[in-house]
Parts: sequence; C-alpha cells; structure tokens
Amino acid sequence: MTPQFLGRCMYDLDDYSPEEIVYILKAAKGMKQINLREYKKIPTLRGKTVCTLFIEESTRTRMSFELAANRLSADVVSFQASVSSLQKGESLQDTVYTLNAMGIDLYCFRHSSPGSSQLVHKYSQKPVINSGDGRHAHPTQALLDIYSIWERYGDLRGLKITIVGDILHSRVVRSNLIGMIKLGAKVTICGPKTLVPGGIESVYGCKVEYDIGRALSGADVVMGLRMQFERMSEGLFPSLEEYSKHYALNKDTLKHAKPNALIMHPGPMNRGVEIVPEIADGEHSVIVEQVTNGVAIRMALMFLILGGRA
Amino acid sequence: MQYLIKNAMVYMDKELTKLDVLIKGKKIKRIEKEIDTSDATVIDAEGMHLFPGFIDLHAHLRDPGNTYKEDIVSGTKSAARGGFTSVCAMPNTDPITDNIASVEYMQLRAKEHGHAKVYVIGALTKQSKGEEISEMATMKSGGIVGVSDDGWCVQDARLMLSCLRYAANFDIPVIVHPEDYALAGKGQINSGRIATKLGLSGITPLAEEVIIARDIMLAESAGARLHIAHISTVGALELVRNAKTKGLPITCEVTPHHLVLNDEACLDFDTNTKMKPPLRSERDRLACVQALKSGLIDCVATDHAPHADFEKEREFDQAPFGIIGFETAFGILYESLVLSGEIPLSTLVDSLTKNAARILRLPGGEIKTGVAADLTLIDLNATTTHTKDNILSKSKNSPWLNKTIASRVKYTFMNGKITYQDSEDD
Repeated sequence: MTPQFLGRCMYDLDDYSPEEIVYILKAAKGMKQINLREYKKIPTLRGKTVCTLFIEESTRTRMSFELAANRLSADVVSFQASVSSLQKGESLQDTVYTLNAMGIDLYCFRHSSPGSSQLVHKYSQKPVINSGDGRHAHPTQALLDIYSIWERYGDLRGLKITIVGDILHSRVVRSNLIGMIKLGAKVTICGPKTLVPGGIESVYGCKVEYDIGRALSGADVVMGLRMQFERMSEGLFPSLEEYSKHYALNKDTLKHAKPNALIMHPGPMNRGVEIVPEIADGEHSVIVEQVTNGVAIRMALMFLILGGRA
Repeated sequence: MQYLIKNAMVYMDKELTKLDVLIKGKKIKRIEKEIDTSDATVIDAEGMHLFPGFIDLHAHLRDPGNTYKEDIVSGTKSAARGGFTSVCAMPNTDPITDNIASVEYMQLRAKEHGHAKVYVIGALTKQSKGEEISEMATMKSGGIVGVSDDGWCVQDARLMLSCLRYAANFDIPVIVHPEDYALAGKGQINSGRIATKLGLSGITPLAEEVIIARDIMLAESAGARLHIAHISTVGALELVRNAKTKGLPITCEVTPHHLVLNDEACLDFDTNTKMKPPLRSERDRLACVQALKSGLIDCVATDHAPHADFEKEREFDQAPFGIIGFETAFGILYESLVLSGEIPLSTLVDSLTKNAARILRLPGGEIKTGVAADLTLIDLNATTTHTKDNILSKSKNSPWLNKTIASRVKYTFMNGKITYQDSEDD
C-alpha cells in the first residue's frame, strides 16, 4: 500500500513508520535530481502557500525550506519573530490566527519551546512541519542525515552509527535516534556525562559511551555535534580545549572507527573544537552533501504533504 | 434554619453507620437512628455518604491582586463544590499577605461572602522576598494559622534558621515548599526519561530533597514545627520518615495529582500537567500512595492554583506552573485509590479532614453532636463530568477537564448553611 501523507503534520519521526520514512527518502532522491538541473523548478505546488514561521531565528534552515518551496513553485511567505508582532507581546495563538486568515496551506515552524508545533496545528488546522522545537525534535534534519547515510549504504540495517557531542541540548540527536533506530541502525551516543540526558538509553534503545574510543569502535557512520561556548557558563564543561582533547573527531579518535566511515555534522561546525579540519574536509566527509540533501528532503516532504502531482 | 439529613451513611471514627443527622443553626444538634421533627427541611440521603467537610491546608485564592484567575468568592464556591468547608489561603497574593491589614481583608471578605471558612497563611518573610522576617507575631494575633513563602522558597539557610527560631518563639507552624532554585534551574517537568524524550529541562528530585534535609535540620535546631508542602519523591519521604522516627514535630502533605498521575501525563505537552513540584515517576507516585496509607504522609492538600486560559493555553515552557484542585480532589482519589483497593475509604477521608486539621490546629474534621455543621454529602455511586461550564473556579486549568470521574458531591454545609447544592443538570 502506498503511504498516505496528504495533510499530515510532521512533529517528529515517532508518527512515521519505517516504510513511510523510506518512501520519503525515495521521493527525495527524485527531488535531488531536480536540484542538479540547470533550471531547478517544477510547477507541482503552484497556487499553494507555504509559511516559514520562525519564532527562533535561523538562516540556514529557513533558506533550505524556502528554496524547497520555491523549487516546487509554491508561494512562500516568511515570518520573522525579531521584527514581528510577537515582539509587541502577541501570543502564538493570535499570530497563527492572523497568518491563517491570509490563507496559508503549510507551516514550517521553528520555536525554542518543545511541543509548540502541535500548537500551530491546533490553532491553524493546517499541516505543520516542525523545523526545530527547542531540544525536542528536528525531524527534517534527521531525515536529511538518514538520507545521506541511505544514499551511501542503501540500507541502515545493522549499521553502527556513533553521535558525539552535546547530546543534552540536541534536538537533532533526538530525532535521529528515533529515525535511525526505526530503520534498523545500532546507534551509540557519546559525550561527557554532564551533557548526556538521564534515561536516554531506555527512551530510545541506544547505547551510551562516555569514552570516545569505545564509542567509535567499529563505527560505519560518525556524526559530530556543535559544542557551544554557553555550556561553560552553565557549569557543564570547563573549556573547549579540554573538551576537544577528549571528544574531538580527529585522526587519532577515528582510528577506532571503520577506515571508510562516513563523517557527518549537522552544522554549524566549530572547526578545531568538535571536529578537526582535515576530517571535516576529508574524503569520507558528507558534511556539505548533507546541506544539498536537506533541500531535497524538504521538497519531498512538502510535495507529499500538499499532494503535489508528479 | 434546620436541616434533617435522613438515612445517610454517616462517617464517624472510621465507621459508616446509617443514621439521621439534625442540623440546627450552625451546629449538629442530634445524630440518631431515627429523628422525627416537623420543622426541619428534610434531605433524603438514602444511599449517600455524609463526611466531615473537607479541610484544605494549601490553596491559592488569588485575592487580592489576581482576581481574574480567582477570588475569595469564586474560590470558596469551587471549594464547596469539592466538598471542602475550610481552606487555607497561601499568601502569594498581590500585594503579598505579609501584614495584618492584608490578613484582615481576606478574613473579612471570606466572612461576608465566602462559601467556606478561610484560614490565612501569612508570609514567612517580608513580601516573600527571602530577605527579612515578616511580622508574623502580629499576624498571628490577627488570626493566621501558619507562615509560608510557598513558591518562593527561602534559599538563604541562615535566614531560614532565623525564621524557624522566630516562628518557634511564637509557636507558629512553618510551611515550606521545598525547592532549591539552583538545582531546579529552568526545569519544566520531572527530570528523567520523559523530560529527555520531550526535550524539556528537568527538575531533579534533589531540588526538593536538599531543602527538606536542610529544613529538617534547621527546624530541629530551632525547635520549630515544620510542615512540608506537597511532598513528591521517594527520597523526600525517606527524609521525613527519619525525622519522624526521631520524634521531631515534622508533618507533610501530598496533593491529589501526585497520588494519581506520573510524569507520563506530560507526554502530550498539556500545560495542565505542569506544576511544582512536577509530576514525578511512577515509583515516586507509588511511594506517595504507600506513605499516605501508612500515615507517613499526614494529609492531602490540593495546592489549588488557578490560572486563566490565556496563560495556560500557550507554549509549554512559557505557561505558568499549577492546576486547580478543589473540585476534583475527592473524586480522583476515590476513583484511583479507594475503588482500586489501594487505600481504604477511611484513610482518604481522614487525610482530607481531621488529620489535616490537626497539623495547623484548625477546628472541624469530625462529625459529632455539638460541633459546627461542616459537612459534605456525597453520592459515591454517581459520577461527575467536569466541564468549563460547571467548574465553579474562575479558572479551568485541570487535567480532568472534560473527564468523568467517580462520585458526586450533592450538598456541602458550612456552619449549618448550604454552601453547595448539586443541580443535577450535567
């Protein structure tokens, strides 16, 4: 049976079956071809209106969503929190009511508050793609990460994937854990104990290692995460230098992984902190490719949700 | 005015007996097998249970200052619909109830327009700022029954010791909402699996336990009476057990929601599952139920905390903490704990009545001849569906909104007057 996506929300990957996730990946493969053409546009969503409603600022993710919508010929409107009514104290509810009255068909929604994309659907009754809600979820990032692995290996079953860094504050990790494990990968997460949230093994069925050598042992895929300076003032780790000594992806630590292990990073990178330049730019890195795949994944998802015609 | 309640199952000394109860003026005049009188209004209570009016040690009536959420009239009407006849009002009003004028305002409003007896808790420190001791002795002369800064837990241990010594000097019970702010941080729900899954900051049980440990030690040194509000963790119960074993005058309460729900209730990001302390793990919940049963927990208190729809209807981490509690307290506990066989009915009733009264030395809590007629008549076989239309609190922030729960309050009497009567139309 063909999976049905029409009108559905994507809050996180929980609500999508492995078959549905693979279906999205396959659709994205077609979209990627379009993006490699000279004229990167198809008329499939002509007449539909997509709103990028970003209460938390972001440039890259917003551009990726907007490009995706543009390439499908949808009209795109962009709501920026910093110059909006929210600054004047308008509630999210009233903001969505107002936008909805203008005829939005799909919301791409980012907010610092976990769970808030559900509210946008509640207020608008329109499909919502969660584009990052606090530490909770970032399903399109997970889909593009999974796509990048799937494109290389063809199948995630049995792959050992290791994610290293600030697990506690990462929505990318949470969504990836759900999606990767659904598709049969064995995922290990690694970071200092102060940056690993409690009970994560039992929530997702992943492995936790605090030692990077053990974590990377035999890995087919290695993903680094951005380490933020702010975590020092929060008392979670002492210095970037000490962090990189113990948790950086470099030649020494990657000796434990498989020789041709895929190197990934959701960006933005701190070169020299969580990953050294020769690895980030090395032959096994797909970090730049991930960004390309992001547009394709978002095109595929909008296409499926808004019922575009192939 | 006289009321004759006929054929109720009357709760006295943990026993239920089918009796008639005659209310004359403010008091219970007679309790007998068969009372015949022609000049009383007769209430046929066949099949219903008559309990002492419930007593709540912990409520927020929001009056003065936030009367869009609740006021003394709506709050006490809500209490009466839940079977409560006495409520203790926390001092986090605006302005803070830290002076005798504020205490007298609340008492006057309650006396003239209230549907329940309101006992005032005064602030522990001036404006609950945690900087200077409040004029608690003066407030005591004005009738306060205890002092607390509730949600603004005093963080400075030296000041807390001083407050406890001062309160002990005037024999005023101190109620503490145990929360170490540094440990609680920006936490939204209990730390652990659910917080991890939802990406919400967690509130570790340690935030509660560290302050309980501190305040038990300080209270012992000060010779003060300490009452711990809304206890919620296994570790906190262990600390209280040790203190009680030592013979210290430490008591504690638990809320209905901590006895019935665990943090899995937060999985839908419903802001009506957000409160402090947060809903804890199932292990913590079970420990609280066990502690209520064994008597380690002294009583149940609602922590009735009204918030308007526009405040709760928003992003989870931006919504305020707290839920309303009067109208659902007995029903959810009866359904989840008594009907399921986890605790006997007598444990539930005593923890809502005489055991609560004893802690702050309040009158009431028992049915006997000659005492004030503070009573609630409940049909245990009926049900109640709580909706925005029939909830009497001004605020509707309840996880049991639009849910049907066991039992139904038919009448509540306070000082012999009907403060709530079921209209039976929902």
